[in-house]
Amino acid sequence: MRFAVIVFPGSNCDADMYYAVQDQLQAEVTYVPHTATQLNDIDAVLIPGGFSYGDYLRTGAIARFAPIMPAIIDFANNGGLVLGVCNGFQILTEAGLLPGALHENKDLAFICKDVQLTVANPNTPFSNRFEKDEVITLPVAHGEGNYYCDAETLAQLEANHQIVFRYQDNPNGSVADIAGICNERGNVLGMMPHPERAVEAILGNTDGQRLLSSLLQ
Amino acid sequence: MIESTMTEPTAKEIQATKLYQSWGMTTEEYTRACRLLDRLPNYTETGLFAVMWSEHCSYKNSKPVLKQFPTTGPQVLQGPGEGAGIVDIGDGQAVVFKAESHNHPSAVEPYEGAATGVGGIIRDIFSMGAQPIAILDSLRFGELNDPRTKYLVSEVVKGIADYGNCIGIPTVGGETTFDASYTANPLVNAMCVGILNQADMQVGQARGEENSIIYVGAKTGRDGIHGATFASEEFSDDNESDRSAVQVGDPFMEKLLMDACLEVIRQHQAALVGIQDMGAAGLVSSSAEMASKAGTGMILNLDQVPTREPNMTPYEMMLSESQERMLLCVRKGYEQEIFDVFAKYELDAVKIGYVTESKQYQLYHQGHLVTDVPVTALVDDAPVYEREKTLPAHLQNPTTTQFQPEIQDFAETVYQLLGQATIASKRAIYETYDSQVKTNTVVKPGGDAAALRIRGTRKALAMTMDGNARYLYLDPKVGGAIAVSEAARNIVATGGQPLAITDCLNFGNPEKPDHFYELAEAAAGMSAACEMLKTPVISGNVSLYNETNGEAIYPTPVVGMVGLIEDLEHITTIDFKKADDLVYVIGQTKDDFNGSEIQKLQAGAISGKLFPFDLAYEQDIQATVLAAIKTGLIQSAHDVSKGGLMTALLESCFAAKTELGLELTWQHPFAWLFAETQSRFVVTVDPKQRLAFEAQVKQAELIGHVSRGTKVTIAGDSQTATIDLPKAKGIFEGSLPCLLK
Repeated sequence: MRFAVIVFPGSNCDADMYYAVQDQLQAEVTYVPHTATQLNDIDAVLIPGGFSYGDYLRTGAIARFAPIMPAIIDFANNGGLVLGVCNGFQILTEAGLLPGALHENKDLAFICKDVQLTVANPNTPFSNRFEKDEVITLPVAHGEGNYYCDAETLAQLEANHQIVFRYQDNPNGSVADIAGICNERGNVLGMMPHPERAVEAILGNTDGQRLLSSLLQ
Repeated sequence: MIESTMTEPTAKEIQATKLYQSWGMTTEEYTRACRLLDRLPNYTETGLFAVMWSEHCSYKNSKPVLKQFPTTGPQVLQGPGEGAGIVDIGDGQAVVFKAESHNHPSAVEPYEGAATGVGGIIRDIFSMGAQPIAILDSLRFGELNDPRTKYLVSEVVKGIADYGNCIGIPTVGGETTFDASYTANPLVNAMCVGILNQADMQVGQARGEENSIIYVGAKTGRDGIHGATFASEEFSDDNESDRSAVQVGDPFMEKLLMDACLEVIRQHQAALVGIQDMGAAGLVSSSAEMASKAGTGMILNLDQVPTREPNMTPYEMMLSESQERMLLCVRKGYEQEIFDVFAKYELDAVKIGYVTESKQYQLYHQGHLVTDVPVTALVDDAPVYEREKTLPAHLQNPTTTQFQPEIQDFAETVYQLLGQATIASKRAIYETYDSQVKTNTVVKPGGDAAALRIRGTRKALAMTMDGNARYLYLDPKVGGAIAVSEAARNIVATGGQPLAITDCLNFGNPEKPDHFYELAEAAAGMSAACEMLKTPVISGNVSLYNETNGEAIYPTPVVGMVGLIEDLEHITTIDFKKADDLVYVIGQTKDDFNGSEIQKLQAGAISGKLFPFDLAYEQDIQATVLAAIKTGLIQSAHDVSKGGLMTALLESCFAAKTELGLELTWQHPFAWLFAETQSRFVVTVDPKQRLAFEAQVKQAELIGHVSRGTKVTIAGDSQTATIDLPKAKGIFEGSLPCLLK
């Protein structure tokens, strides 16, 4: 299986994602720059965290116009696995691959800490190594992770089991404690917590390793 | 012929009106510049001298003091004088670090002041060829009962967070303390640590005739003009409106600049001769210093400088402190490959001049030669002042007895102490910093030192910033020695061998003899500790004139220290690990209270003669603890500092991953649990290792064991006490968010 880590100007978790796949999943991984227009021989796309284009205008709002985006959208529409973490989640909502938007945290401050998540849907390619309602721990690090969608969209998300992870103790004001959602088809996941930061015992947590290794199945 | 533009005052007018004085230059200094040139300097040249001879750039007041620092050692690859110091950590790698103050800008515009402080120190690190891996910060504010102080805290913290988080370098540690002396003059000191492959080591030199001087990064605007001069003056209500002296940061631009510069350094070594940050005093200081270090001259054509706004004068371009700019010296003929790298990152890269053998510093603007001065006149010929020193009034007849705390209800005193802003948890601050990006952070904020693994090795780096100015206020020399020792204690408690220090020397006006006394004595104390602990000073900066309306801050040297953890197995944290582990204090406890948190709490202010401190004993204790950690005898370790032993013990309880309390026996007066006697650690030991530990660590006093549950009980000869841990933790965690509201 071959992973792509997309690199935008201002991405800053790209190397973390790369190392997680290379050193912990021991899978093949390659960086794909924002200027590329094709995804050749790629089985899963990882959109890392960071501040693409400095978060200017609005998080993810400029990245969605990057040259690589049409290829990612095609890849997703063809059923390819796409995981967006943090800024990657923000980009996926801006690009319309996932519904809703990420607002500023309710306390208007950046938060970096471990949070507990409930696995709401273990039946996705990203969560199949977890049990339903299992509680896992992952770090968050964001200023704009407050997920918002209207009531109708939320009802659809609930009905289609698109809410994959929920916060136990909501840190940012997200509706319905949403930490991560997938698209209707289940092949695109966006989440604010950082699985790539939780893949080694020396760093204190390996729950992210289980999440990423789900993709290998 | 040296020319002035039409609208600027002529050289004669400058002399007659003493315009230079408004740029912080004395008449004697102006006369010295005239003598060096053998003529009157024009407007631009006078500006260059004023800023290059400011304390911030020339260290004219502090040089005699800085000379006494030990700066060499077998581990030191680069001492003070370059962008940052470099220390060997084996395997062809090195650690690069430096700390810098941004006090004056942060007092005026706290958000941008703090943000650009971080940006500046990061540039210093990557200019040496190193990949920045961590940021730390040391902050000092007034008391939190003042609305402006609350504003300063939240804006400074947000400035640091926004810059570091965006550029993607983790902010992993530091300290924040509160004392009234910083009310109008907060201190914002930032430190950056980088990892360098020794083959990539760079210098800021402009060697080789006709080699190109290339400007890269952000365009030059009118921000920060005379920032270095501004940093070398006292504040008064009159210069409240000095806002033009503050720069604006753009971390996104800096990330591109960092990535591009590191690509040039690693992949275009044949092309690159030297590289330097445009920091304080911007283009003039970076270019003149690069020429000075190489013993060359330089011709710059200012028409090529990328500018943000039209009609900028040579004076403005040279003195601007616009952020996110670097200056490169590139071998003649290799320019295009450098331009290509920066083009990929969509950054400006422009040849603005070239190296000459003449040793003159020459600037052309619109076809006219507007500056023609010897490089050495600007960089090396600044005056050096041997300032007078006198014992400050408050040190002349200090009370020699130690303050004695009055303790009616021991538990109540503990709760009060935990709620003090300086003691309380700084979680509300450090959780706004991304401390984990780059996934190397093994020990996160909230403990003694942070620890970051070095990817691909078994090694890690411990790093800290520390300094207790209250001790210096009572005794600058002993306090200076303690500042270095306490930083080292943090490193040792984490399992690291201290390597070297960087420092920010934050003091009052050196022209006042009592303040210069504090600076000189503090440096002497720091030097003694650096010698004893074998941690030379490899970089740093000086921030003087920290006064407002004549009132100086406490003498505040801040020590940034990095240590090497030889094996990940040695990494030790402060949290208690499991019930029944034995609790020891290593190092003697005495009735040392002058300058302590308990004195401030109970007496309202610190006073009296500082308690004694023995450097040889300190060194012995540190070596003992590190050896015990490396032998695998220690479950948790925490240095004892502000708030004394009780605070250290409780912090280790609060940090525990499960509900753990303590059962202690304390043979001394209970008040001594708040004493701030130096050279102490709290460690826990598995009962199975008791004999081995006690055989190896003779200075340890067994005071009890870790228990299951939510209480700390203390039994003494004639009294007992019980601390309710949930209540104590609630105060410890809740105090700062509450005080900041």
